[in-house]
Amino acid sequence: MALNKVDARGRSCPEPVLLTKKALDRSPEGVQVLVDNTTARENVKRFAGNLGYNVEVTKEGQDYVLTISR
Amino acid sequence: MSGKKGIILTGAIVGMLAVALVKFGNPVNMGICIVCFIRDTAGGLGLHRAAVVQYIRPEIIGMALGAFIIALKSGDFNVRGGSSPFTRFILGVFVVIGALMFLGCPLRMVLRLAGGDLNALLGLAGFAAGIFLGVLFLNRGFTLKRTYLLQRAEGYLFPAVQLMLLILLLVSPAFIFFSTEGPGASHAPVIISLAAGLIIGIAAQRTRLCMVGGIRDLIMFKDTHLLTGFAAILVVAFIGTLITGTFNLGFEGQPVAHSDGLWNFLGMVLAGLGSVLLGGCPMRQIILGAEGNIDSVVTFMGMLVGAAFAHNFGLAASGAGPSANGRVAVIIGLAVVLAIGFMNTDRAAEVKMKGDVEIGA
Repeated sequence: MALNKVDARGRSCPEPVLLTKKALDRSPEGVQVLVDNTTARENVKRFAGNLGYNVEVTKEGQDYVLTISR
Repeated sequence: MSGKKGIILTGAIVGMLAVALVKFGNPVNMGICIVCFIRDTAGGLGLHRAAVVQYIRPEIIGMALGAFIIALKSGDFNVRGGSSPFTRFILGVFVVIGALMFLGCPLRMVLRLAGGDLNALLGLAGFAAGIFLGVLFLNRGFTLKRTYLLQRAEGYLFPAVQLMLLILLLVSPAFIFFSTEGPGASHAPVIISLAAGLIIGIAAQRTRLCMVGGIRDLIMFKDTHLLTGFAAILVVAFIGTLITGTFNLGFEGQPVAHSDGLWNFLGMVLAGLGSVLLGGCPMRQIILGAEGNIDSVVTFMGMLVGAAFAHNFGLAASGAGPSANGRVAVIIGLAVVLAIGFMNTDRAAEVKMKGDVEIGA
């Protein structure tokens, strides 16, 4: 099943993490988060990692896709 | 340098350099103060005429240039803007007005605490309360919306302006103002201030150190990452002031401080709330601006103008305490910042969940 996606590009701190948190509350199996800067990438990665998720990062043009899954 | 070690090391470096800068001539408990130094620079440029706080502070220049150089090198230099720029300008104005009521940015608040200035406890309580209010807005869907990609050239202007300020400082033409007494006259040699700024700028860029992020992330996500940086500054600066002998425990007679608890508290409520809505403390705004975030550059300009207002209109507190105008300005500031919070909170537009990403949503 394809994971739900969250577009957090261009958002200031801590919105990317907050959007990820809300998305994971609704679909605890995992989500894909789209960000466009390294600050958001690292913050979302740390947040999901702290919750025990696996985080896979791929670069897509200017953006980063974070695949967060169990 | 990343992870917990990086942020602790960065905090330790900031704490150590802040103590060293006092030893080399900066005002006591003011080794680094972003807001005070922006205020001094505003004075140096003649944007206000408070004769005791005029000096182009090389620490700010160094931080911006250090962060710019390392961001270029590491690929973090990324030029973007357009996330409610004028709202951010206004928030910048009031963050400074709040901080100058307390007499220090969040970073100086920690340094004052480390130096035994107990008035900073009231400041810290206010700061935490302001952050808590900001978190309520964020949890209800507050957003200044997203940024967009801009031309690379746009991002070079902020560091270029900082370089121009350095040239003005070094050449010292007659139209630049330099305090001959007061806090503005207390400063470390230019080369030491500049070098300290460069080091802090580089470390803060790499680790994303942020004074408001620590308490915010603890409340929102139970994440202590940034808070460990905050704590490291406090511990290292505390030990440093003990060693250098500037540590002085108490409320009365503290350097560049007043002991009006209520207004120390309210000033930092304003600074804390404004900083959360901006997404970072004044120091973080400089680092982000140097990385190419033009909204943070606009925030910096707001802080510069706010600092000029603070002294032109007699809003800034002094050792004697808060001014009547300053109290009015802080109240107006709280009203304006709360209004900005409410007007940019849209509960209906919370997280959008869908199979595909909606571009530009």
